[in-house]
Amino acid sequence: MDSDLDVQLTNELWQHEVGVGLHYIDLERRDFLKLFGGGILICLCSTGTLAQESGRIRSSHELPKDIAAWLRIAEDGRVTVFTGKVEVGQNIRTSLTQLVSEELHTGMESITLVMGDTEQVPWDAGTFGSRTTPTMGPQLRAMAVAARDLMVNMAANAWQVDASTLVASEGRVRDPKSGNSISYGELTHGQKLVKVIAGDPPFTPASEWKVAGQPVPKVDGPDFVTGKHLYASDLHRPGMLCGKVLRPSGFSATLVSLDDSAAKKMAEVTVVRDGNFVGVVAPGTWSAQQAIQALKAEWKVSPQISNQELFSYLKAKADKQKTEATDVSGSLAEEMAKADVKISQSYAVAYIQHAPLEPRAAVAEWQGEKLAVWTGTQRPFAVRDELAAAFRTSPDNVRVLMPDTGSAYGGKHTGDAAIEAARLAKAAGKPVKVVWTREEEFTWAYFRPAGIVEITSGARRDGTITAWEYHNYNSGPAAIGVPYNIANKLIQFHPTDNPPLRQGSYRGLAATANHFARESHMDELAHAVNMDPLQFRLKNTTDDRLRAVFEAVAEKAEWGKQKSSANHGFGIAGGFEKGGHVATIAEIELHPDKSVRVVRVVEAFECGAVLNPNGLRNQIEGSIMMGIGGALFESIRFENGRILNARFSQYRVPRLSDMPKIEVVLVDRKDQPSAGAGETPIVGVAPAIANAIFAASGERLRAMPLLKS
Amino acid sequence: MDSATLFVNGQEREVIAPPQQPLLWVLRDDLQLTGTKYGCGEGQCGACTVLLEGKAVRSCMTPLSAAAGKKVTTIEGLASNGLLHPVQQAFLHEEALQCGYCTSGMILSAVALLSTNPSPTDEAIMKAMNGNICRCGTYPRIVAAVRDAAQMAQKAK
Repeated sequence: MDSDLDVQLTNELWQHEVGVGLHYIDLERRDFLKLFGGGILICLCSTGTLAQESGRIRSSHELPKDIAAWLRIAEDGRVTVFTGKVEVGQNIRTSLTQLVSEELHTGMESITLVMGDTEQVPWDAGTFGSRTTPTMGPQLRAMAVAARDLMVNMAANAWQVDASTLVASEGRVRDPKSGNSISYGELTHGQKLVKVIAGDPPFTPASEWKVAGQPVPKVDGPDFVTGKHLYASDLHRPGMLCGKVLRPSGFSATLVSLDDSAAKKMAEVTVVRDGNFVGVVAPGTWSAQQAIQALKAEWKVSPQISNQELFSYLKAKADKQKTEATDVSGSLAEEMAKADVKISQSYAVAYIQHAPLEPRAAVAEWQGEKLAVWTGTQRPFAVRDELAAAFRTSPDNVRVLMPDTGSAYGGKHTGDAAIEAARLAKAAGKPVKVVWTREEEFTWAYFRPAGIVEITSGARRDGTITAWEYHNYNSGPAAIGVPYNIANKLIQFHPTDNPPLRQGSYRGLAATANHFARESHMDELAHAVNMDPLQFRLKNTTDDRLRAVFEAVAEKAEWGKQKSSANHGFGIAGGFEKGGHVATIAEIELHPDKSVRVVRVVEAFECGAVLNPNGLRNQIEGSIMMGIGGALFESIRFENGRILNARFSQYRVPRLSDMPKIEVVLVDRKDQPSAGAGETPIVGVAPAIANAIFAASGERLRAMPLLKS
Repeated sequence: MDSATLFVNGQEREVIAPPQQPLLWVLRDDLQLTGTKYGCGEGQCGACTVLLEGKAVRSCMTPLSAAAGKKVTTIEGLASNGLLHPVQQAFLHEEALQCGYCTSGMILSAVALLSTNPSPTDEAIMKAMNGNICRCGTYPRIVAAVRDAAQMAQKAK
């Protein structure tokens, strides 16, 4: 077992956990016995790298090693591939299909992926951490190579020839000598492929790829431009009703009284109450909404902190027991004392929302003890377990199905809507659909953690950084390290005990906060030693892959050709995270009304061998757009357990008018394994913009969002 | 309960629903036309955009009574005889989507724009479609797609 990978995954999973569950459903007490009657999950100890990938922190699930669990070939040659990874717009349905096609030697059009259906696919921890490409990619490639070998060997047997003389292409095995040819479907007759895989099969090197590496279009693109694709919120089941949940007037509220008489009088409306959980079911979304509004509830909410006191709170409540030192090296105090230049600064990031355009949605259907839930989640198996726990049944009784979903960005790890739909469906005795409103999504989902970063650094006058002390409070440890050569360091993450909002995963996790702090600070140091910010970074790093993206972005943007001037600035930032190397240059204009316009963003990105350059560019462009929101204006305001800006009219997200000219440079390293790319392209955007603002105005902004609303 | 007649995608449809019920939920729940999406309920995101008598409206803010007796076009009605509308083709060609949830509203907003301004500048596109949110941030491709569609339509003339 690769211990680095082990640590990385444990950290990754820990950071992706959402601390507080939304629902504590009482049900009837006698149901509790079913918790023990339903069976105990058997945990197997895994050994191999691939097996570990699917593991959780304390338990792990061994991945099946037989081809049939992952890949089936029907008699007509159609290939079905099974994976627990899910599609939320990051385009893995297409890129994984390319990899299978590449290794199986069959056309993409004959391959269909079944994704995230817990009854059909092997167990998977979830789709997060940019793990699909580096782990599910090789997993499916291995199965495709093995299946192709099996086809060749079966044909060799049938024809009584040496397998090494045969060629597999376009879903057929051919014998160049005799001219014989047979399709995969004719070989398998649709039967399961029983071969068990051991060891690492040889992959086609990226330099020889024909299907992978190509800008192939999104496999089911036509379904999205015609409205044919069914998201979880679009599904319909026979007899289905629509459900709504009564939301408390604040976080951690208790229900004091409920008058449901008006709602109960409404036609075809049922009110469901289970402790603090109150919901309604009605024939349609509109009637359910009317019914929920007709409920008169009184809640007790205790005083809670507001975003005004947030940062002092996060620091004061740092949990010293859980403080982690990521890197302690050299003699920090001594070098700090000797430094020619010393800077001590603090940076902050606000709570922000993912605001996926499709809100949380679920359709639940009970058949006796069996529960099926269609829901948009990044972690179908975790949601299955959440449902099993909530309804005190065995996970074997629960099936979660995940239709390709209207985005997530790390925001759809939990099964809140799934539990609500299932609870209401249980009461109604019919399938129930729950779709959250935008206000619910902004309030009752979880948030990207706010945080403070404090950095004290020392450098020599020649620009060599000698000392680096770094403390991150609450936002998280992702990308907390430095990609620069600094001999004396102390880097610590301080989690906050009981943070004021429910917080969890977000695109890139804390890598955005840590890059904002670090790369802003690097800019401050560069100015303090009178060096060009790009040269200062290059002087302090020997990481060739990081240098390559810095050089590529500088060349494309013609860094240094035009100098920053009053009200027009250029800023640079970069880094490394989750296997991706990124460098970003932002060009901004300051307007007399203090508004900032990002006019151009150039970004160079390298994530090993590129699987699909078109899909990759799309992810990078999208990350830049999303990054502009967090950098300039996204921020959650809250007070006494209430979110004060839970609407798009109050919480500004990037729009077309915010769009800069975007230029992307892909650095394709065919000699390196492919890494994921849905997250890291976002991390350099905010610091590049902040550094550009400083270059234009001389004003250093150290809190995201940079603009005050 | 009241009833109303709509002409949806060229078909006469009778619905039984309260007059104040938003068109969005009539389309989605009563007519099973789920290509029109809910995104915010306050006309801020454009995911629910449909054409009412050829003009882009936010169906989440349009009561059924305002659509009664009128022609409604949703994403399901845009292709004709199996041939995608030029805007649909252009969105596919530019791959102007990631998760695709905003796509129906984007396409209908673009169709409405091109019907009044057949060759819009980038600025005009950005202005006309600024009310449509793509949270995945595919904006550069969306502008390119609308530009392509305009050119396609010009060539076809």
